[in-house]
Amino acid sequence: MGSLEIARWQFAITTIYHFIFVPITIGSGFLVAGLQTAWYRTSQEKYLRATKFFGKLFLINFAIGVVTGIVQEFQFGMNWSTYSRFVGDIFGAPLAMEGLLAFFLESTFLGLWIFGWDYLPKKIHLATIWLAATGTLISAYFILAANSWMQHPVGYKINPMKGRAELTNIFSVLFQKTALSTFFHTITSTFLCSGALFAGVAGYLVLKGKYVEIMKPVLKVGLITVIISFLLVGVTGDYTARVMTSQQPMKMAAAEALYNSKTNAPFSLFTIGSLDGSHSVFQIGIPSFLSIMSHGSPNSQVEGINDLQAQYINKYGPGSYKPVIWLAYWSFRLMIGFGALAALIAFLALWKIRRNKTLTGGKWLQGAMILLPILPVVGISFGWIFTESARQPWIVFGLQKTATAVSPQVNSGEVWTTMIVFTLLYGILAIIEFGLMIRTIKVGPDVTSPISKSEHDQTLVIAY
Amino acid sequence: MTLNSFWFLLIAILWIGYFILEGFDFGVGILLRVLGKNEAERRTLLTTLGPIWDGNEVWLLVAGGATFAAFPEWYATLFSGFYLPLFLILLSLIIRGVAFEYRSKYGSPTWRNRWDFAISISSFIPALLWGVAFSNIVRGIPLHTSKLGNVEYAGGFFNLLNLYSLLGGVTTLFLFITHGAIFISLKTDGELRIKARFLAIRTGLVTAVLAVSYLLWTLIGLTHKSLVILGSLLIVITWIASLAFNFLGKEGWSFVFSSLTTALVVATLFEALYPNVLPSNNGSLGLNIFNASSSHYTLKVMTIVAVFMTPIVLLYQGWTYWIFRKRISPNQISDPHKGVLDHLHQ
Repeated sequence: MGSLEIARWQFAITTIYHFIFVPITIGSGFLVAGLQTAWYRTSQEKYLRATKFFGKLFLINFAIGVVTGIVQEFQFGMNWSTYSRFVGDIFGAPLAMEGLLAFFLESTFLGLWIFGWDYLPKKIHLATIWLAATGTLISAYFILAANSWMQHPVGYKINPMKGRAELTNIFSVLFQKTALSTFFHTITSTFLCSGALFAGVAGYLVLKGKYVEIMKPVLKVGLITVIISFLLVGVTGDYTARVMTSQQPMKMAAAEALYNSKTNAPFSLFTIGSLDGSHSVFQIGIPSFLSIMSHGSPNSQVEGINDLQAQYINKYGPGSYKPVIWLAYWSFRLMIGFGALAALIAFLALWKIRRNKTLTGGKWLQGAMILLPILPVVGISFGWIFTESARQPWIVFGLQKTATAVSPQVNSGEVWTTMIVFTLLYGILAIIEFGLMIRTIKVGPDVTSPISKSEHDQTLVIAY
Repeated sequence: MTLNSFWFLLIAILWIGYFILEGFDFGVGILLRVLGKNEAERRTLLTTLGPIWDGNEVWLLVAGGATFAAFPEWYATLFSGFYLPLFLILLSLIIRGVAFEYRSKYGSPTWRNRWDFAISISSFIPALLWGVAFSNIVRGIPLHTSKLGNVEYAGGFFNLLNLYSLLGGVTTLFLFITHGAIFISLKTDGELRIKARFLAIRTGLVTAVLAVSYLLWTLIGLTHKSLVILGSLLIVITWIASLAFNFLGKEGWSFVFSSLTTALVVATLFEALYPNVLPSNNGSLGLNIFNASSSHYTLKVMTIVAVFMTPIVLLYQGWTYWIFRKRISPNQISDPHKGVLDHLHQ
């Protein structure tokens, strides 16, 4: 592999890894804030215990999300310097804004929340977790706006003297349809993810008969969060698909392995393509559904891969404009499949609770509860694999190809070094983090320590 | 002042903020096992950083983001050129952040010793390498202009390890160790406070020798700008003041002056650099605030955001320091050997 391929692998590894922890933290921040608000309003001890317990799980994830995020900002310059020069005038702005508006907010107020139990009045302490959670939301907005610009560049002009894209309208970059639809699709999926984590953990403990009093309300909230988020993920996903079809038709065609343009295009449930990727050999599908998904009408025409390839050669010159079709096709389906499976488990669990007043079940339900938090995370990863891989060969759609975007003077030995070390380190951290999560769940919420300490007690409630 | 100069100034301010704040974080990390002789002391040291280290590190992220937004050519050439040093810094920052959060989860001495080792090393490496990196920027690095017209780094890893930059690295290392020790003397109580004060005097004197040699080398070898001479003099004066206040037991003032020294070091280096941002030392075209910058429109947009947001950030971050202003003493750590995950609750 040359340094281009390794740099691409490295970006894929570091970014997917980072985005395992980020969606868990975004939604969890708000759910923890919700639990603490319940405690603040009702003064019921169970909500406080739940806040602290799920707060721990939240923070174990947050730590890795933060530190792997630094790599994200640095690697554009380190591995992708030609990209950085080309887009910096535009792409740098949302990144800098993310730092100023979001990172400071989330890190400062999270620090206040973690250590502030002793120091702050109840009300202000409650506000700190809401502010920290809001910070994660703002952060997501800016970085998704930046990514949306790579999917669909707007508000720019090309400066031929400098050989780069330059910003002409910041508002089109920040508020374009692509950014908005991606934001809502991503945020609803982070709630799916965190709802599944809370429900999975609480459900497992309830099934084991442990801490039932504390866990029952969390279980319910978690399950309802999963189901509502899944519906919203569907609605926003549908809209995102339409935006995508009009802006990046090749991506939609690849997602469906639709080789030739069709009206009444079917939604493929299973496709086997030819080895050269030019036509499908075998396909099962839902009639007309793809036309509906792409344009909202069964009779509309959906463009196929081969027709688009011909169009792009006319427009951009010779070359292949096809992404890896099997990857796009399967990652798109796995994204939906994993999310749907999580929603299905949540639905079954909620149905059981309605019937029996509490969650009861055998080994298979316990297994389902353990599986539940993992499913949406995997689904989200496939979603990003789809979005990023099916934009290829472009790094910025229509403007810059990935192959021309790497740092020219960084040699493959250097990229190999960083990739191997990052991968090993990330692997070790994943094992440690997973171990800590499991152990935290086993240890369970602290139900023994007093809720408020006496005035003379000088010891710290929280210490590193 | 042009917007280009304004952004040069703003990036300098971001680095000043970063080195003042994370500078003492690094110092505390390096001194964790030097000053922290038992679990209570070590956990006291870590708890002084607990609420603030993450917010401190954001200064780096914003400095990086601002460089990307305002001077994309600088960001691209610098980050791809200083590839391995930045990689080592990234590894350190990853390990350090996780270590703070996970270290005291278990009581097991093996678990804690390993994380302590990780904290010490991962604080040491960036404290050294940031000095190396900035010295190289000021000194100039080998560059060449590519066929695409881009200014690219033309050297390798070992070009960055020259005597001047290594001296710069050791200087920031000792500066941060001392700054950290002064922070500890300000934020802790009991024996720890005394130990830190005495240590700060010793490392502070080493820092003084290193800094004077480094500044003389800069003034003789690289630049004769009057503001750089003035900056160097002020560095020496504020550093003497910091050590003197430390000697007198006025830890607050000592910390104010060690922060001022750190700020002046960064300001002086940026003044030595201005209006360049990445000069070459091989006669090739270098980068300056004009040929490395973003378009006027982008600078204008970012200026509005920065002017509006920076005061708000300073306000709430300052408030955090106010909230956690109390000293922490080792006897406030209840059951220091116990980790929250040691025992099941039921």
